[in-house]
Amino acid sequence: MSAVPSPTADAHPKPAAIETPDAPLHYLDHAATTPLRPEAAAAMAEVTQGDLWANPSGGHLMARRSRRAADDARDELAGLFGAQPSEIVFTSGGTEADNLAVYGSVGPGGPREGRSVVCSSIEHPAIRTPVRRIGGFEVGVDATGRVDLAALEETLTAASDRGEPVGLVSVILVNNEVGTIAALDEVAAVVRRHAPGALLHTDAVQAHQWIDVGVAAASADLISVGAHKFGGPKGIGLLVVRDGIELAARAVGGGQERDRRAGTLNVAGVLGMAAAARATAEHRSADVARIRALRDRLADGLSAAIPGLIETGVTPGSPDRANPDRNNKVAGNCHVCLPGVETEALLYLLERSGIMATAASSCASGAQQPSYVVEALGHPREVALGALRLTLGVTTTDADVDAVLEAVPAAVERLALFS
Amino acid sequence: MTAGTTRQRVLMAMSGGVDSSVAAAELVEGGDEVVGVTLKLWGGASDSGCCSVSDVDDARRVADALGIEHLVFALGDDFERAVVGPYVEAHAQGRTPNPCVECNRHIKFDKLARRARALGFDAVATGHHARIVATPDGPRLGRGADDAKDQSYVLHMLSGEDLARTRFPIGHLTKREVRRRAEALGMRTADKPDSQDVCFITRADGRRAFLERRIELTPGRVVTPDGDVVGNVPALELVTPGQRKGLGLPGGGPRRYATDVDLAAGTVTVGFEADLEIDALGLSRPTWAGGSPPEPGSPVEVQTAAHGAVRRASWEAGDRVRFDRPQRRVAAGQSVVIYSVPTEAVPQVVLGGGIAEPV
Repeated sequence: MSAVPSPTADAHPKPAAIETPDAPLHYLDHAATTPLRPEAAAAMAEVTQGDLWANPSGGHLMARRSRRAADDARDELAGLFGAQPSEIVFTSGGTEADNLAVYGSVGPGGPREGRSVVCSSIEHPAIRTPVRRIGGFEVGVDATGRVDLAALEETLTAASDRGEPVGLVSVILVNNEVGTIAALDEVAAVVRRHAPGALLHTDAVQAHQWIDVGVAAASADLISVGAHKFGGPKGIGLLVVRDGIELAARAVGGGQERDRRAGTLNVAGVLGMAAAARATAEHRSADVARIRALRDRLADGLSAAIPGLIETGVTPGSPDRANPDRNNKVAGNCHVCLPGVETEALLYLLERSGIMATAASSCASGAQQPSYVVEALGHPREVALGALRLTLGVTTTDADVDAVLEAVPAAVERLALFS
Repeated sequence: MTAGTTRQRVLMAMSGGVDSSVAAAELVEGGDEVVGVTLKLWGGASDSGCCSVSDVDDARRVADALGIEHLVFALGDDFERAVVGPYVEAHAQGRTPNPCVECNRHIKFDKLARRARALGFDAVATGHHARIVATPDGPRLGRGADDAKDQSYVLHMLSGEDLARTRFPIGHLTKREVRRRAEALGMRTADKPDSQDVCFITRADGRRAFLERRIELTPGRVVTPDGDVVGNVPALELVTPGQRKGLGLPGGGPRRYATDVDLAAGTVTVGFEADLEIDALGLSRPTWAGGSPPEPGSPVEVQTAAHGAVRRASWEAGDRVRFDRPQRRVAAGQSVVIYSVPTEAVPQVVLGGGIAEPV
């Protein structure tokens, strides 16, 4: 071929054959989803195999039993997320909760329709997309992913000066790609001061497994939670809506969830979520400490083994990249950029080594897209294209970390041979 | 070629269409270790390409049915740089490019082929209608079994070295046979319509609207060789020599054709059929299957369009062909593919090709 010569056999001796992954699989994608906790499975079985299957909206004995189980779960979840039971609106998951927070307040027909909406530049698409659709504004973040408070202030003030006061500000509590923990109290202080009429929403979908959301999001008016990120089932989540805040339902019908989200309650999901949330909170301090040590070994090992590697969302510790400060990110997140490495190719090689990882978010067709989050942290597109997200969780072991530390440098080396 | 004799690890490019679906099945049946891949090249709203979510889904489900893994590679940046950008730029220069040729040259058989090697694959396979012919000089590209569907033209840049790592599993089948096999296998893609046209341009939108979003189109005058203005065109960039329609000419009289487009002067010159005839044609950026061009004076056969007629000619020094009989002008930017003269012993193969340049 004329354009770019293919590597010839002589220039690149044929590397050893790649093994088929009949070896054990190493799951390093806990930010995508987590395995169901046994506690959650047991709680759900009470509904799916027991006698709690009746519609909790009904009035008869069986319905009341279902309702009581769901309300017990509601009380428990309220306690875990620093809310009152009346403030819990069950949804089909984090995305619906996020959408409801935006559309239900500043969206068409919402009580704050016509007011501006502002979010950070590293929101999950479940916030980013609705905010864009209604013409909202994005505020940048620093190199670790924390909201630029001066820019936030400027945006809020400018909107107010234009006569379009901000009705909603949304900042993700724990970023799904790079794991940054927002300084939500600082954000709240700016919002209360410069946009006193605005609601503060936080997408806490990635948070409960790492931090106490009740504390971290105490200053938020609206909080989104999804169960499957902390060992709960898929298809269930909740939105905390502080008492007194008006929200227009997006799903309307039977008036469930105090007219904020119609539809027969997913009792199995609610019970599973509550059980998973409880178990997560009970074991959290020990789990986080153990996982943090694994993550640090993983990130330090990769940094040492791969020249040019950039660890994202951290403050570099010294000129030689040793001892970076990872305090702004959750314990289970190891996110690195490998400039010049094509992540798609890397992920395939890792998969062949039994390692399940990801680059950034996946589009509908499954293709990897360059990460807007990594770009928002100030990295150029070429760096963002080499993003690798390894996310650990309660099931992660030393063997998983060992496998990654062996496979990633080898795969990077192999790809360099062919680039 | 080791096809069918040694088990290979093959990366099968699957568009979600029937040809590549059956090609994947042929490889699996032949005992190769096959992994399917769909290339996401274009994020636009094209309805005719192979990048829509439903096409990726079709490819994935066909792979599932065949029991093979399926990957998606997003090569949109490469596609923009190597195919779409040059396509637009060629139009801006008044040339008529062939983006499918450039996609094969830069994406499928360069970018993808290199990645396949890096990932440990022995070969890349596609559902093209073409065959790989063993010759004493090494593998060469031959025509597909289905004359009407032969795609050797758009694959002409493949060298013997490339072909040694390439598989065309349905090249020996006609389109009817491909569809029949797909039906027999119960494939969901069996009756999917053939893709046509340029994959990144929608049928509804068209080439003009696509180009208008990227470059400024130049209105022009249609003139006779004597300089008389006989019509107008809205966009010189969209006029191709040999074109008869869309020149704003009154009906009646002998047919007139665009014979020349001069962007600088803002004119399309029209003439009669005889004015379009040429005896020789130059090639720029030539590539050769065996690394070097034929000996000057060698008889060859020449094809200047994807499904165009094949003309006898001889190869001349200075990278040009001289036709045995005059033929119609070829728009600058089109691919000119040089085939061997077939014999009893050796079927026709691609010797090489290049980009048409008037001489």
